[in-house]
Amino acid sequence: MEKNFWITNEAIEINDVVNKVVRPEAGAVNTFIGTVREFTKGKRTLYLEYQAYASMAEKKLEEIGREIDQKWGDAKTAIAHRTGRLDISDIAVVIAVSTPHRKDAFEASRYAIERIKEMVPIWKKENWEDGTLWIGDQKETKSYKENTPIGEDHTND
Amino acid sequence: MIDVLFFAELQEAVGQEKVSLQIEGITVKDLKTKWLAEYELDNIDDAMVAVNEEYAQEDTVLASGDVIAFIPPVSGG
Repeated sequence: MEKNFWITNEAIEINDVVNKVVRPEAGAVNTFIGTVREFTKGKRTLYLEYQAYASMAEKKLEEIGREIDQKWGDAKTAIAHRTGRLDISDIAVVIAVSTPHRKDAFEASRYAIERIKEMVPIWKKENWEDGTLWIGDQKETKSYKENTPIGEDHTND
Repeated sequence: MIDVLFFAELQEAVGQEKVSLQIEGITVKDLKTKWLAEYELDNIDDAMVAVNEEYAQEDTVLASGDVIAFIPPVSGG
């Protein structure tokens, strides 16, 4: 079966993700590409390490695809997320959404990255010049209810 | 027997990805407070819990063959 949601230890080819959603019904393909940033609030990142609970993460990415189907109707989504060591400017995640009209494609791809940050079991470890830390985005900005993921509350990080 | 998976900071604290335990019929909460207490995982209460790859509550009763994962705050993307 065609796999539209995957975790990989290899570099992601952007077109591999985009090609999953290209179709005659689409008038728009929107992509989101997440890359490794060198400076965060003045602190220099040397490289990142991403870890995933791969089997569950792929299921949760599929779930995001289903949520997008429900919210925007005629949408096709593909998402790839990389694991392992990533250097500055390497691609960590690629999202592609195709819809008949552009507004939905923009909105749905934004929705996908926010949901990834809420509930897909993937972690990044910052490696700075002076130390390392596993980052938990929610820890600073959000809290869990009863140790299950919080709902669709989109904050920008 | 159940398998308990750890990720990110919890994996480093435990020193391994997976611990197998000869138990069943206990809750996730019991697993944390009784069976995993020896690892002294300060941040385990910040973690979400998944049973067989679906998010689950702390009162979920674990059956033999279940895979329990402790999922620290995620940071993908």
